[in-house]
Amino acid sequence: MDARTREQSVVAADTSQPELKADAPLRARVVDFSFYYGDKQALNRVSFPIYDRKVTALIGPSGCGKSTLLRAFNRMHDLYPGNRYEGEVILYPEELNIVSPAVDPLLVRLKIGMVFQKPNPFPKSIYENVASGLWVRGIRKKSLVDERVEEVLRQAALWDEVKDRLRTSAYGLSGGQQQRLCIARALAPGPEMLLLDEPTSALDPIATARIETLMTELSSMVTILIVTHNMQQAARVSDTTAFMYLGELVEFGPTTTMFTAPHDRRTQDYITGRFG
Amino acid sequence: MSTDRNPTAATDEQTLVRRANWQDLRFAIVGFVVLVMAMTTLLVLVGDFMIDGVPRLSWEFFTNFPSRRPEQAGILSAWVGSALVMLTTAALAVPVGVAAGIYLEEYAPKNWITDIIEINVTNLAGVPSIIYGLLALGLFVQTLKLGQTILVAGLTLALLILPIIIVATREALRSIPLEVREAAYALGADRWQAVWMYLLPTARPGILTGAIVGMSRAIGETAPIITIGALTFIAFLPPSPVQETFPFVSFEWLNSPFTVMPIQMFNWISRPQAGFHVAAAATGVVLLGMTLMMNGLAIYIRYRIRKGAG
Repeated sequence: MDARTREQSVVAADTSQPELKADAPLRARVVDFSFYYGDKQALNRVSFPIYDRKVTALIGPSGCGKSTLLRAFNRMHDLYPGNRYEGEVILYPEELNIVSPAVDPLLVRLKIGMVFQKPNPFPKSIYENVASGLWVRGIRKKSLVDERVEEVLRQAALWDEVKDRLRTSAYGLSGGQQQRLCIARALAPGPEMLLLDEPTSALDPIATARIETLMTELSSMVTILIVTHNMQQAARVSDTTAFMYLGELVEFGPTTTMFTAPHDRRTQDYITGRFG
Repeated sequence: MSTDRNPTAATDEQTLVRRANWQDLRFAIVGFVVLVMAMTTLLVLVGDFMIDGVPRLSWEFFTNFPSRRPEQAGILSAWVGSALVMLTTAALAVPVGVAAGIYLEEYAPKNWITDIIEINVTNLAGVPSIIYGLLALGLFVQTLKLGQTILVAGLTLALLILPIIIVATREALRSIPLEVREAAYALGADRWQAVWMYLLPTARPGILTGAIVGMSRAIGETAPIITIGALTFIAFLPPSPVQETFPFVSFEWLNSPFTVMPIQMFNWISRPQAGFHVAAAATGVVLLGMTLMMNGLAIYIRYRIRKGAG
């Protein structure tokens, strides 16, 4: 994509009035995607686009398959035997089908970063945690790593809190700080996409607010796909929303439309808290 | 509450509470008595040979070779032998055991072959040690003609504790929280990196504990060492591992005959003179002390790393 489209999406994000024209630049497209845990089908022919440098929220009641879908984006299911992907998840601009068995999960994970529900820093120092993503990519030059560590810790709004104790254990941080550390860790290698799996469900409201602010700031730099149980959070941070139910995609559209005038009865019921 | 309206229910509840308390008390008393019996037996046994053995401990006891005269007999060749055998055992068993554990847990496909291997490894940990001695006698001593040397003792004991180390490594890797594992892979680490940079450091306390537990089992083993034909009376030391001339390090000691402390002890106990029995008790004290030290080290490592991680 060229510089102009880039600029447009930044402007769009700033005004929180996402323009979702048919020709908006795509970062990924889910096409007829199904997923099986052994014999059990968890996702059934899901299709929707993911716009470049926008926040896409996946919402739906527990067990609807939203986390399963998110984890498919960096092939986490490949760590456990017996799982099967069907259909396509195309990553742009390289047009790579990231769920194809022919594509090495490692390649996908090198392109797409992930932050988990529970903060999961390594039992190592703060610095080592953030540098990890660079180290596994063979980037070892100290000046380079130092610079990048500071940069992403600043982006994750954590730098001022940890700059004097970079060499201390990451376990000494609070839950909210640990989660921002995990975001910094995922950002450090410069991923094409960032997956967030209910990143604030283990955090208190203040820490949650900080992470939400952070997401809005980051969306100008990186495409974000977030799973959340929190309707208000989806409404606050996302540009587009996908509502899933029983392994199927019920409705997909601009977040404003989804929350003000949903087309499907089930979407409306879920958003208004009538079930879920 | 409802006592006025339903007095019978209240009485029943009181009875239930009393019965529960009485049950707890009864079991606590039985448990305490059993504990006292077990501990007393152990303390009397240990205390008895401590009383016999401790006064016999002296500098000379550690620097003298065994002798025909009980008051001059020492354990120099025995403790040096034990130390060298332990060194050999650790050098062989720890790398192999840890590598096998990592392979089984992280690399091997999960199918019936690995299931069978897993069951066998677990069972091997319970095989009587004399069986390992017989295996070593047949394979190392008679077929491979390696002789009755420190190397063979090390190989035998390494085989003996290999299952312990493999099982400990697997347990340690398996008990790593799923989150740490997923975090490493999600970051784009390949399997090698995930294992060496994240999983092994996290599993290190468990693996170390397993290795030390294995070693403290090996140090007390007598049967397999006797089976392979270790000498019981040795009045010389193996060649020194350090030399004055190039290349300064020698592995000649691996091919040297040897004895170890449990065998020395066994030998002295079978003598008629009371003086040798005292020497045996003193050797027992040293052996016990070394085992306690190793177990203490294992506990310390576990404690330090658990604290350090927080």
